Amino acid sequence: MKYSYYPGCTLKTKAKELNNYAIRSAAALGIEMEEVENWQCCGGVYTASTDEIATKLSSVRALAQARDKGQDLLTLCSACHNVIKRTNNEILNNEDFSMKVNNYMGSDMQYHGETKVVHYLEMLRDVVGFDTLKSKVVNPLKNKKIAAYYGCLLLRPGEVMAMDDPENPQIMEDFIKAIGATPVIFAQRNECCGGYQTLNDKSIAQSRSEKVVSSAVKQGADCIITACPLCRYNLEANAVTELPVIYFTELLAQALGVKEVQ
Amino acid sequence: MQRIGVFVCWCGTNIAATVDVAKVAETLKSEPGVVFATDYQYMCSASGQEIIKNAIKEHNLTGVVICSCSPRMHEATFRKTVQAAGINPYMLEIANIREQCSWIHKDKEEATEKAIILGRAAIAKVHLNAPLTSMESPVVKRALVIGGGIAGIQTALDIADAGFEVDIVEKQPTIGGKMAQLDKTFPTLDCAACILTPKMVDAGSNDKVNLYTYCEVDKVEGFVGNFKVTIKQKPRYVDATKCTGCGECTTKCPSRKNPNEFNMGFDNRGAVYIPFAQAVPKVATIDPDDCIYMKTGKCGLCAKVCTAGAINYEQKEEFITKEYGAIVVATGYNQIKPTEFEEYGYNNYKDVVTSLEFERLMNAAGPTGGHLLRPSNGKEPKKIVFVQCVGSRGQSCRDKSYCSKICCMYTAKHAMLVKDHYPDVDVTVFYIDVRTPGKNFDEFYRRAVEEFGVHYIKGMVGKVEEEDGVLKVQASDLLANAQIHMDADMVVLAAAIEPDKSARPLATMLTASMDTNDFFTEAHAKLRPVESPTAGIFLSGTCQGPKDIPETVSQASACAAKVIGLLAKDHLLCNPCVAHSNETLCNGCSTCANVCPYGAITYEDRLVMDKGVRETRRIAVVNEAVCQGCGACTVTCPSGAMDLKGFANRQIMAEVDAICR
Repeated sequence: MKYSYYPGCTLKTKAKELNNYAIRSAAALGIEMEEVENWQCCGGVYTASTDEIATKLSSVRALAQARDKGQDLLTLCSACHNVIKRTNNEILNNEDFSMKVNNYMGSDMQYHGETKVVHYLEMLRDVVGFDTLKSKVVNPLKNKKIAAYYGCLLLRPGEVMAMDDPENPQIMEDFIKAIGATPVIFAQRNECCGGYQTLNDKSIAQSRSEKVVSSAVKQGADCIITACPLCRYNLEANAVTELPVIYFTELLAQALGVKEVQ
Repeated sequence: MQRIGVFVCWCGTNIAATVDVAKVAETLKSEPGVVFATDYQYMCSASGQEIIKNAIKEHNLTGVVICSCSPRMHEATFRKTVQAAGINPYMLEIANIREQCSWIHKDKEEATEKAIILGRAAIAKVHLNAPLTSMESPVVKRALVIGGGIAGIQTALDIADAGFEVDIVEKQPTIGGKMAQLDKTFPTLDCAACILTPKMVDAGSNDKVNLYTYCEVDKVEGFVGNFKVTIKQKPRYVDATKCTGCGECTTKCPSRKNPNEFNMGFDNRGAVYIPFAQAVPKVATIDPDDCIYMKTGKCGLCAKVCTAGAINYEQKEEFITKEYGAIVVATGYNQIKPTEFEEYGYNNYKDVVTSLEFERLMNAAGPTGGHLLRPSNGKEPKKIVFVQCVGSRGQSCRDKSYCSKICCMYTAKHAMLVKDHYPDVDVTVFYIDVRTPGKNFDEFYRRAVEEFGVHYIKGMVGKVEEEDGVLKVQASDLLANAQIHMDADMVVLAAAIEPDKSARPLATMLTASMDTNDFFTEAHAKLRPVESPTAGIFLSGTCQGPKDIPETVSQASACAAKVIGLLAKDHLLCNPCVAHSNETLCNGCSTCANVCPYGAITYEDRLVMDKGVRETRRIAVVNEAVCQGCGACTVTCPSGAMDLKGFANRQIMAEVDAICR
């Protein structure tokens, strides 16, 4: 199976390991990730102003390229996934938005929502299957108690993201079980880390992140996994309580035995 | 040729604002057979009806077309009108130019054109109408009430009071329903048991009322006045005629790990149990899933201690068939289990409870003897948070779209009772709106706030999590525009109420309609609120929509009045618009009998003269008293032998032709 892959800026700079381990693990699972040519920044967060078109065009270009190749568009970063999937949904359901976007796009790249946007975790669950993944694990992460941190962007808005129940998600816990570790459920797993407030008012990000990390620690977690570089930054830099925060792809690569391969 | 009169109603502005009524009358005047046409503000009013009667006499009309609201609204009214003027009531047709025209269109020109077409179709049909005469069918003078909660009990007692026999079918081992589980009742704070149990006893001892407890309706046949209902008696494994209700077996039963449904699972009951002390009938029931003897063949302790010899492990389910003139649905409600509302932590924390569970924790006959204790550690709570609208008034797939109606008041009651019993407990209620319409309701809520010092905060709770045995509540205060973090020892969720799960299959059995939320639909939302659109089926209590106790009891009595009105009649006029088969076309294939939902079609061998040949053929025969005129057989019949009086195929084709003209 071959996907068009949208990495996003952070995965090429600060979060290289999220990207690299994902590609290596996918290869081990028989999945090819073909990077979209000339992709541009997704804009970081989905802007709430509905008349903002320009910031969403980069998503549309990536979506159109995937469509032209006849591939689903694979994403990894929670924020990119959120922006691209919501943009796609808006094109499908908002005629006015779709028309304006296509007026910007030019006649050679018209796009009408044909592409399916798939998050890496959804690919693991729905295409590879957690049972198959389990059978391919060579280094099961036994005795490791892992807290899955979803944050807010991966699951919400629930009806658009349609990945999992935003109040009681299961997908990362099932992933943790598949790689042989024990999931730790903690109440703050789907609450916000503070996001970009770390630039605006650091105290907000500090109190939010501390709540998340201490909640995971209280449940006895050895580490937290996430799919979002910003979440990782906040949980590491802004929480007082210390707990390793790891990208889920790193543990995946470790379990599949491809972590050290260069 | 018929002499037809056309009467176009304005319905005030309901029709006249969107349809040019004068033009409709004027245009339809030139239709073949129309000798008179007029319009009037309110055709259904006394003076409107007078216009119709006078026109019939003056113009010697043989058929009438009224362009007005839906026939469901006023067909019966106008049939009486034309009959009074000497025309057969089935020579009347109604063109629905309100619901199907003026209400759904904005453009007056388009709507006027459509109204004319609808009128034209009705005229085409009247040309082919023939006078029909209703037959009479007798009324069985007994009513069935399905559901033995406060609604069913009240309806049954009122029907019995009028001298008619009435049976209550209740699926639980006792009557009493949800009200039996409640502690106090708003707005007067009298105890639920004190006002309910005397009524239960009345129902149990009234010789006009028969209780079929631990029973379910299995099958319903027949029609208004003549229902035949099969009731399934589930095996109690206890002979109800011998059991004295002494309770000896329930105390001796060694199987003790079965959650007690009556106490919402806060304590356990034996495998043989009496739901609560005031149960009616006070008869023990064995739950075969919990009974050691029934699972392993060893034990039998209850049989040994029963001095009445009532235990019977071999009991089988029984079916009882009885006839009824009317059926009352009183299937009630359940509170949803808020398991999908993960943010409130109901699945994870014992101290997060629903309001019905809270009732049991406050109830003197409850698992804690009325002493409010935290389920997690048995200690008294110091801070309690109530969350309103859990699963009500929402838009997501886990929510009910409607308001559950009773929660605002029972939460005010809970808050007040807590403050009354434990003045030092801090009580906070999170709400979207506080809705207290009802006699003495707002005064009640204000007492909670002003006299008892309950904190009401407008805003919803976003998260409940436990930390070191304390519930951390995160919420918003919409008026202060602030996020709130608050500790609580208990969180009580006012979870939405929904119709009982048995309602949907029952509605199918009764061919009674329901809305998308599985509440039974009334015949008219305002004018016929206790009748189902299906004749002979009546609605009592929360099966029709969320209601508190005062409202339920009023509706239950209203429902009884309607039932009594029906049972007081010796005969009912049948609908003459029934199916009949053309014996020269019928080939006895049985297709019609297979689709008939009323079992109205049988077959007989009949000597038929067809094209000069005399032969005996198997012919479909319709029992006109049973046929409801649904028309399923007419469209199914492969040879076109089945036809419906008043809605004959050629009449319908004439309407279609008129529309397409």
